[in-house]
Amino acid sequence: MSAAAAVPIRERAAVQQPFDVEGIRKDFPILHTKVHGHPLVYLDNAATSQKPRTVIDAIVRYYEGENANIHRGVHYLSQIATEEFEKARETVRAFVNAAQASEIIFTRGTTEAINLVAQTYGRAHVGAGDEVLITAMEHHSNIVPWQMLCEEKGAKLRVAPINDAGELLLEEYEKLLGPRTKVVAVAHVSNALGTINPLKRMVAMAHKRGIPVVVDGAQAVPHLAVDVQDLDADFYAFSGHKMYGPTGIGVLYGKHALLDAMPPYQGGGDMISSVTFEKTTYNKLPHKFEAGTPDMAGVAGLKAAIEYMNGIGIAKIAAHEHELLEYATEVVGALPGVRLIGTAREKAGVLSFVLDEVHPHDIGTILDQQGIAVRTGHHCAQPVMERFRIPATVRASFAVYNTRGEVDALVRGLRKVREVFA
Amino acid sequence: MPELRDLYQEVILEHSKAPRNYKEPAGTNHKAEGYNPLCGDRFTVYLEMDGDAIRDIGFQGAGCAISKASASMMTQSVKGKTKAEAHRIFEQFHELVTGHSHEHEAELGKLAVFSGVSEFPMRVKCATLAWHTLEAALEGQQEKVSTE
Ligand SMILES: Cc1ncc(COP(=O)(O)O)c(C=O)c1O
Repeated sequence: MSAAAAVPIRERAAVQQPFDVEGIRKDFPILHTKVHGHPLVYLDNAATSQKPRTVIDAIVRYYEGENANIHRGVHYLSQIATEEFEKARETVRAFVNAAQASEIIFTRGTTEAINLVAQTYGRAHVGAGDEVLITAMEHHSNIVPWQMLCEEKGAKLRVAPINDAGELLLEEYEKLLGPRTKVVAVAHVSNALGTINPLKRMVAMAHKRGIPVVVDGAQAVPHLAVDVQDLDADFYAFSGHKMYGPTGIGVLYGKHALLDAMPPYQGGGDMISSVTFEKTTYNKLPHKFEAGTPDMAGVAGLKAAIEYMNGIGIAKIAAHEHELLEYATEVVGALPGVRLIGTAREKAGVLSFVLDEVHPHDIGTILDQQGIAVRTGHHCAQPVMERFRIPATVRASFAVYNTRGEVDALVRGLRKVREVFA
Repeated sequence: MPELRDLYQEVILEHSKAPRNYKEPAGTNHKAEGYNPLCGDRFTVYLEMDGDAIRDIGFQGAGCAISKASASMMTQSVKGKTKAEAHRIFEQFHELVTGHSHEHEAELGKLAVFSGVSEFPMRVKCATLAWHTLEAALEGQQEKVSTE
């Protein structure tokens, strides 16, 4: 596996350099909030990350200085807005190392990006008796769009199993790649378990049989360097709001040849090159898939978020987060009654666990009283909960601005849970 | 600032650890399943109805301390009551946990320990899940009730 896509974070962590987490924290205004009289300890980053000042400013700057509809006017502001929009596309292209900017399609987020592929590529290529292969660790947004497609077409959804550590059973996955498999859809990193999937090998296995792979990268892009060409992913979806960017904006990367051959998703303005009542000619990529006025402020914010991450360096972010995750795994795992859910060798960003006798919901409330924000519940991954025969977990998830002190606060919080339930 | 002890009162913790009427009564003739998809809480409420009266009641399932204790104490408070009486208790309980009114606190008796829930709006659904399920069982609804 090549450096960019798949070097285990553990190895990158070896290149430790001084990391100024306190300086980084100053970039995020919300981190100075008090919750119930305690400093906010924000450990719900897998749900959505906080936004640095530069991202917030970029959105304000957009509305104060550039707002106009893109691709439409000849006037000054429209031209500026269009240029900025297309510059952002280039920033995203470079960020995931796509071959061309026209392979970057702006969407509302990961969910919309996956639905786009299911409804266009999927509807065109999956027929009765065909199969779509996913894994047992998918988020609902990488299950339901495929289920809907399968239902419509009379196709079958197949699920590659995982082991007790939350790792994909690669041999089982390979066996499930059959002559009827028309699409593989897989998470790069699991949001419920933190598992990093061996994506490059999975893609190669699918490609050997001519099957394209759709990757849900929502939890990968914030934590690892992603190189779509090195991975050889056919489609790669992610959300701005989980990577320090605004809500409402996300990305679908798709290989040019695939996107070009696909029917459009939604019809409307911008996605056409000419319209008569008899016939419409669709616009070229990427505009064919961007019907209507897009979230231009969101795109400005996403660009600023990528610039922010690049400014720190993705390898440094990954190393810092990995160190935190290892520390949290050790100290939380050592607490009496804790059972970690998701203990894969390769993990990013997520510590999921249950505590004997105490329901995650109660833990969430007690931690919240101490200013600690974690997610409790099924994390939009009910099949994962079923696999581990639990109704829910507590999930602490990390970002670049989290500290060891915050992990210690989590441990103190969990001791308090024990006291309340003693 | 809301206090944890207001929510997690001793009585509540005790019921959550040792729920009462945690069974399916032999004479069950009505039942309903309640589910809170947000947190995965899931309870079944069983009723043995004698005309309009709740002769016996039980519940089973899994959930957080609040939802479990609420289910347990609910079974104690409505056993032997009529449908209309049970409905009235739920109304008063609902007003209490949503913080709309504390005027029935005395009437609610032991159930008044749930008054602290009103300080934790995210937990109202936990406290009322079993009650919604009871209502469904009383009405003889067959489909699952959901608090979403
Ligand atoms: C793995 C994974 N996939 C997909 C999504 C959906 O992302 P969004 O809600 O931004 O569309 C999420 C986040 O909730 C996620 O964690």
